[in-house]
Amino acid sequence: MKPALSLILFTVSSGAGLGLFMLLVLVNGLGIGPAMAPGEVMAAGILALALTVVGLVSSTLHLANPRNAIKAFNRFRSSWLSREGVLSLLFFPFALAYLVGVWSGGDAPPAWAQGAGIVALLLAAATVFSTGMIYASLKPIRQWHNPLVPAGYLLMGLATGGVLLSAVRVFGGAAPGPLTALTAGLLLAGGLLKLIYYFWIGRPAGPTLNAAIGFTGRRAHLLDVGHGHGTFLTEEFGHAIGPRASLVLRTFALVAGFLVPLLLLIALGSGDASPMVLGVLVVLSAFAGVLVERWLFLVEGRHVVNLYHGAQRT
Amino acid sequence: MRLGLMIDVDNCVGCHACAVACKSWNTSGTTGPLTDYMPHGEEPSGVWFNRIRHYEVGSYPDDNTVNLPMSCFHCKDADCVTVCPTGASWKREEDGIVLVDQDKCMGCNLCAWACPYGARELDRASGTMKKCTLCVDRIYDEALPPEERLPACVIVCPTHARLFGDYDDPDSEVSRRSRERNGYVMLPELGYEPTNQYLPPRSRPAIPIDELQARRQGPSTLPERLRRWVNRAIAR
Repeated sequence: MKPALSLILFTVSSGAGLGLFMLLVLVNGLGIGPAMAPGEVMAAGILALALTVVGLVSSTLHLANPRNAIKAFNRFRSSWLSREGVLSLLFFPFALAYLVGVWSGGDAPPAWAQGAGIVALLLAAATVFSTGMIYASLKPIRQWHNPLVPAGYLLMGLATGGVLLSAVRVFGGAAPGPLTALTAGLLLAGGLLKLIYYFWIGRPAGPTLNAAIGFTGRRAHLLDVGHGHGTFLTEEFGHAIGPRASLVLRTFALVAGFLVPLLLLIALGSGDASPMVLGVLVVLSAFAGVLVERWLFLVEGRHVVNLYHGAQRT
Repeated sequence: MRLGLMIDVDNCVGCHACAVACKSWNTSGTTGPLTDYMPHGEEPSGVWFNRIRHYEVGSYPDDNTVNLPMSCFHCKDADCVTVCPTGASWKREEDGIVLVDQDKCMGCNLCAWACPYGARELDRASGTMKKCTLCVDRIYDEALPPEERLPACVIVCPTHARLFGDYDDPDSEVSRRSRERNGYVMLPELGYEPTNQYLPPRSRPAIPIDELQARRQGPSTLPERLRRWVNRAIAR
């Protein structure tokens, strides 16, 4: 599938922003680690909302006819894309209410703010889950039609959000404490999930060219594709990468996206090196890895139409 | 009613007349124009509702050339409609035709991703998704004589490989032929329940080539060997 930059930026940025907000509510509400100053909560909250907005704006760049984007909220009863739009819009008023409550309440935010925070947390989780389900609901792309996809979107959103929250705490001067352990756990789970996912999609599965054209028995192959130059179908579905490039990029995504941030967080927890430098490095490494992971996720989706264009398998 | 097309793979000669007739009619039809990108340039491309691909099944001498025209199958369980966030993609209750409302489409491509058959193509000029309408603007047009109230691709087909009819009616021509000739749908395992069916080639014995091969080897009389030597010499 075509690895559209707008979709990569959207899923990475919104995923991290919503993950950051979820962890912010959890860490601040349950008192994980040293208490957060209202300034720290505001910084993390505004960063989370900004990333989410940047992602959502980026997603509209993907549309060929953005004039009708407002109509995307119409079919939330059937379409995961519509659900994602509705849920992400509902998220903002509750998230803002939470931040206002924390800002005005100081150390003891009022109960309504806590309630708004919990609702915002649930809406953020539902939004990221919907993003994953947009891909997981597509039966013609077996690499996406997979329960690990929405789980992966949730885990990676939380992990990148945790990395950002750790960095915010480090810059706020606090020792992140148990938050680093939580984030390290999320990174470990995310990395393991991607590893399982790569093995899963590597197994031969799905229809063959013979099955696609309905001729079983004798082997079929393409004689002529019927078009002279590229079509919408080849532009949209024709992208693929070779096994060697795939292995190199998967390794990079796993190492830079999960392993290196995990080790940096352990170093941060032990408190030997300069925390500011580690805080910057962990964010840079995690985002470089997740951006490559997202590019790979898109380009490695193989649509069934490729069979009609001559591929023997997807 | 469940209107759809039927393609007799045994009769189709792969001439692309259906695709050309489709483009010709629909470019000025309800979802037209079907934009062409650089039609007179070096790499012409554009929007088509119907594409024909050619396959070889088996290997010589026991092989068949299979020409497969593919357009929208107007599926019973059409995911392209389910995934559409704007409600632009819809399926008519009365006859099962799947259409795209050009005034609602935002061009997100999700319906094209959800279609395993490649039936939907984005028009870069209008930014909207376009697809086969089953010539909804022909088949109900009472200004046309009744024998012309058919999709353009069906009318034009020179080998009568294309049929149009109601699959819900057990006595319709498409239902009858489907029973007689073991009509099949493409990729039923994905669960879309396509309406359009294909009729597989009739089985017939492979063309005997023993005689041909015997003649090619030929008797080794002197004039025959001389003739073969001359042929080889000239070929060089």
